Amino acid sequence: MIQNLIDGVLTGSYISLGAIGLTLVMHILRFANFSHAELLSLGAYAALVCDALVSALTPFLAVKLAPLSLTGALLIAILLSMVITGISAVLIDRLVFKRVREKGQELSMVFASFGMALVIRNVIGLIFGLSPELYSKDIAFAMVLSRDPFILVKPDQVFVLVAALILMFLLHLVLSRTTFGYALRAVAENPSLAQVNGVNLRRMITAVWLIGGGLAAVAGVFYGLSHQLIPVMGRDLVLPIFAATIVGGIGSVYGAVLGGFIVGIAGNLALVVLPSGYTPSVPFLLIIAVLIIRPHGLFGEARA
Amino acid sequence: MIGTISYLVFFATTASILAIAVLGLNLQWGNTGLFNGGVVAFFGAGAYGTLILGGTPQDGHIGGFDLFYPLALLGGMVIAGVMAWIVGLLTLRLRHDYLAIATFGVSVAFENLMRNAEWLAGGAKGVRGFERPLREALGDGFTYNLFFFAVVLLILIGVYVFLERLVASPFGRLLRAIREDEEAARSLGKNPARIRLVAFITGSVILGLAGGLYGTFYAFVSPQDVLPTLTFQIWAMLIVGGAGNNRGAIFGAFLIWAAWTASGWALSRFAPIEAQLYTGSIQFILIGSVIVGMLMWRPHGLLPERLVVSQRGKHPVAQQGD
Repeated sequence: MIQNLIDGVLTGSYISLGAIGLTLVMHILRFANFSHAELLSLGAYAALVCDALVSALTPFLAVKLAPLSLTGALLIAILLSMVITGISAVLIDRLVFKRVREKGQELSMVFASFGMALVIRNVIGLIFGLSPELYSKDIAFAMVLSRDPFILVKPDQVFVLVAALILMFLLHLVLSRTTFGYALRAVAENPSLAQVNGVNLRRMITAVWLIGGGLAAVAGVFYGLSHQLIPVMGRDLVLPIFAATIVGGIGSVYGAVLGGFIVGIAGNLALVVLPSGYTPSVPFLLIIAVLIIRPHGLFGEARA
Repeated sequence: MIGTISYLVFFATTASILAIAVLGLNLQWGNTGLFNGGVVAFFGAGAYGTLILGGTPQDGHIGGFDLFYPLALLGGMVIAGVMAWIVGLLTLRLRHDYLAIATFGVSVAFENLMRNAEWLAGGAKGVRGFERPLREALGDGFTYNLFFFAVVLLILIGVYVFLERLVASPFGRLLRAIREDEEAARSLGKNPARIRLVAFITGSVILGLAGGLYGTFYAFVSPQDVLPTLTFQIWAMLIVGGAGNNRGAIFGAFLIWAAWTASGWALSRFAPIEAQLYTGSIQFILIGSVIVGMLMWRPHGLLPERLVVSQRGKHPVAQQGD
């Protein structure tokens, strides 16, 4: 039970990171982006490539930072991957979503994002093959935190949680303390009024994709560290991160963080009562529960 | 020769069944502007419902009620409708992305439930023990397939005529009114939420009908048949054909299904052996690109919706100028 709770918090850390970007995009561009989870795969695979490159160029970094299984090279790879994924997200928006946005209604964007999700997922499958990949071939041994109740935690998972919390705190500082953060919130509240006040809408949209893509990359790597990399990982992640945004309330960054942890914990606690095969349905049940009890989520506001 | 004809009948049957599904989606998306992200769940509910209600008793899972076939098909449609009713009730009041996400969630949960719940529908092994209606009289061969095709075609025509009438009726006008301007419709005393719910359920029931026919055609359904892939395919058909236009929906269904089967055949025939494993990936990239490309360059499809102007009055300003 307590083990499930701890695993849930750890799962929640990468779902939250994925949900933050999604909720920002959904708030500012006003469409449910079904291809957001593919940014997580993109980031995870970009980090895999960067890790190999950095390790080859600077072998002294390819040493494990004990007790973690990750290396200095992977840490640099994560930073590189954040940049690559952020830029990819901006490019996808410029090449596809922007054009659809100018042509049609909001819901055409949802269709387009479904199409993009299929394309990205399967291109990754074509490039990297359908078999799973790992960042480190070594088995990471779990530490025994306590014997009664018996609790196991992998050092990598602790790193993932701490790193995720630090990133969220940094984002909080940016959103609440800088002019940029105010501008972002202004655009989300009322795009026209924000523009009248001299906020550059195009630049804000670019910024949202950069932030969303960057956080998605980290989330993807953390997912890869906790499980393994498969090209279809986006398919398994899309519902949990959507559930996190709905539980938290669409548009609320803090809601997305809390929602991510709730989804992660609920998924792992469900293992106590349900066979593990049903885990993929848990986010859906959460969505339904939230829609019944509090349709606009924990921190969301009603908006047409 | 008979092989070709036999294949054509097989192809046309599948395409017609899918066309019925596309018509159902067209009522939701094309005419009412409701985004159904879980097409496959309602399709699957129809298929599973029909086979469980109409099949012979099986060990290990419920079902085998051995109902008279039309009743079983109707039962499948009702199950799809009830699912749509629950989802619609919860989401149609909210902003539109909720419906997209919730319906997508339904499809994930539905596939997940069917894959795991052995007691319900045989789990990953699927539903067996269904006997196609009139099989004793017509056998298993070409005659049966031809007969089944004729039935499917009749149902397709029936659904088409029904939807054309519906769209031309005051109710259809109301659907378009709500799609275009909800506030205006509300100011005329209409209840958009209820009308949307009715359209969503009707569309889902048609999706369930298509699913039921699909299950009957193969006399088998398994979780493999209710993967999200089918949702993408049915959408691609509607977007390519032209949302809002029933003829476009049918045309799109045949076109995309032909392209899908042809690309699968060409890849299996001409692609190098090493690439065979990736046939599915290549097909998905193609269908994803078709969806995105259509939205970018021809958002209204090949056969766009023809907007009806009910009264062609003179433009008031132009009149003054006369």
